[in-house]
Amino acid sequence: MDLPLIPKGVERCSLKTFAPWMFLWLLIIGWGLVSAFLCFYKGLNQTNMNHYFAFGLWIVFDLAIIALGAGAFFTGFLTHIIGKEELKAIINPAVVIGFICYSAAIAMLGVDIGQPIRGWFIFWHANVHSMLTEVSFCITAYLGVLTIEYLPLILSNRKLNEVPEFNIFGNNLHHIVALFAAAGTFLSFFHQGSLGGMYGVLFARPFAFREGFLIWPWTFFLFILSSIASGPSFTLLIVWITQKVTGKELVKRSVFNTLAKISGWLLASYIILKIVDTISWAYGVVPRAGLSFMDFYEGTYGVWLIIAEIGIFGIIPAIILITPKFRERNDLLIIGALMNITGIVFNRFVFTIQTLAIPVMPFDKFMGYFPTWQEWGIAIGSIGYGILLFSLSYRYLPLFPQEAEINPVKVFGQLVTDSGVIRRS
Amino acid sequence: MKKEDSTKGNRYGMVIDLDKCTGCGVCLIACASENNVPVMYDESDKTRNITWLQIYMVTNGKEFPETEVVYIPRPCMQCDNPPCVPVCPATATDKDPTSKIISQIYTRCIGCRYCMAACPYHARVFNWFDPWFPEGMDRYLSPEVSPRMRGVVEKCSFCHHRLMRAKAKAYVKGRRDLKEDEYIPACVEACPTKAITFGDLNNPKHKVSELIKSSYAFRLLERLNTEPKVYYSSTKNWVRRMADNYLSGEYKGGD
Repeated sequence: MDLPLIPKGVERCSLKTFAPWMFLWLLIIGWGLVSAFLCFYKGLNQTNMNHYFAFGLWIVFDLAIIALGAGAFFTGFLTHIIGKEELKAIINPAVVIGFICYSAAIAMLGVDIGQPIRGWFIFWHANVHSMLTEVSFCITAYLGVLTIEYLPLILSNRKLNEVPEFNIFGNNLHHIVALFAAAGTFLSFFHQGSLGGMYGVLFARPFAFREGFLIWPWTFFLFILSSIASGPSFTLLIVWITQKVTGKELVKRSVFNTLAKISGWLLASYIILKIVDTISWAYGVVPRAGLSFMDFYEGTYGVWLIIAEIGIFGIIPAIILITPKFRERNDLLIIGALMNITGIVFNRFVFTIQTLAIPVMPFDKFMGYFPTWQEWGIAIGSIGYGILLFSLSYRYLPLFPQEAEINPVKVFGQLVTDSGVIRRS
Repeated sequence: MKKEDSTKGNRYGMVIDLDKCTGCGVCLIACASENNVPVMYDESDKTRNITWLQIYMVTNGKEFPETEVVYIPRPCMQCDNPPCVPVCPATATDKDPTSKIISQIYTRCIGCRYCMAACPYHARVFNWFDPWFPEGMDRYLSPEVSPRMRGVVEKCSFCHHRLMRAKAKAYVKGRRDLKEDEYIPACVEACPTKAITFGDLNNPKHKVSELIKSSYAFRLLERLNTEPKVYYSSTKNWVRRMADNYLSGEYKGGD
């Protein structure tokens, strides 16, 4: 039924198979929408956040998906600025993933603030000293950049491309994409950093506070590095999942190798710096505040968190991804990418939740927090939104330029190329 | 961020004598009624109820008969180096250059709660619910203080409206400077044991400027460099020690 919309030279499942898949994710998005409605209508009392946990699941999720969405700008930077041609095979899905991550993060922030109607005050009454102002400006601008990068892809849909104006517009956008890749890189460096800076500047919260360079605390640089280390792994993982779900090879194995290698070396550098940062914090900020390292780890938020974050989900994936014979094995490649991502999510969780759980006044106590179904609804709903949009993009847009070459479609024993021309096999 | 000179102009602060505080909570009630603090359906939920002034009960941890208890009233510390002000993305909170009081503009606050994450004293509270005043209570609302809406952060203002009122009265009398007793917050006025002394820390004629020089005077979490303008005073060593974090053997004030 939707055959005219499907790109030439590739095969897609039937609409009967695709529709229930869409329905499943629509249901999950529905859960998110109901939760969002309740939060708008009744207020943030629908969450389990409180005066201690001013930030909760949504901020952890926001920070995590923004870090993982870094695959978009970093792949764009490597492809268009550095000129790594090989990554052209993966730039489209990277852009779509980035768009999903950033749009979901901004939507989630819209629910998270107590007065969503006043969201624009950040721009109108901007406080230039606040890291959050920088984050807001950059992620909004970068979502614009991602939209511009996504647009030529949408316009290359078979049906839309038949409209001459769309065709010309899409092509012209395509020619200046390097410019937007550069803008995206600039904006992303700053907001990824500012997200880390947000915690690093909290000088009255010794767990989060870091010294730094000029106005930027060390977390500023660590967040940039960790996002570009995990972003390519996330892109890799999503593409691999797409291959498994569709049962097709969409990208040449060598591309995975390149992504894994980049991700691995960046992760290794990040982990070394993170260890240096943790040691200098433990011997600097912590004793100056009259505290010892173990004062920060208690109950649920025990020392296992730092072992998991740096040791298990930091050092191990770095070793897997930088070692050629490990990353060439499919199972280890995926485990390495998955562990890398988990480590970065742990990092964002620790900076958000553990910072707030730790008492600063000696007579205060450790606090615990578990999200409500409404909070889970919005977080999981955003994942549903991501899967839905990615599925639609895969089905109707030429997302993987190598797909037709790797999976030639046979019609009456003849191959159909991606341009639709039938040639003899 | 440019640091302003705190030694110039007025610098309002208070000294709370913990040896005199009985933990009766009158300061808290006076604060709530003065500042139109709404009532929550479940006031037992202390992690979500609205209170500008919290009272902590702390013991020395010893068994009876050596047990000692101290009550620590905790308003906003009105820090000279506030961690909350530079983080606000919408400039909804600021340090007033003339009084050094940390303001909060409720109608500008977007409710991001970043300031709450920055404050180690938990002096800032968020309106998780719509404000509610039980029947009859609405008639006692003060016209000088705007009630806050759901979804914004609020905090102790040192009864800033009282400062405005005192300034207006002094202006009518042809004076620019206020006398010591002309401006005091509601909690100070209500305290039955006169445990709280309030005044201009920069004015040598004000009692507070003398009290803060005492060896018994201390502030909460001084090591974090927030420079609070709320001082405490206690003759008990263990009380002064638990105001901040110390590594073992670091505290020189005795046991």
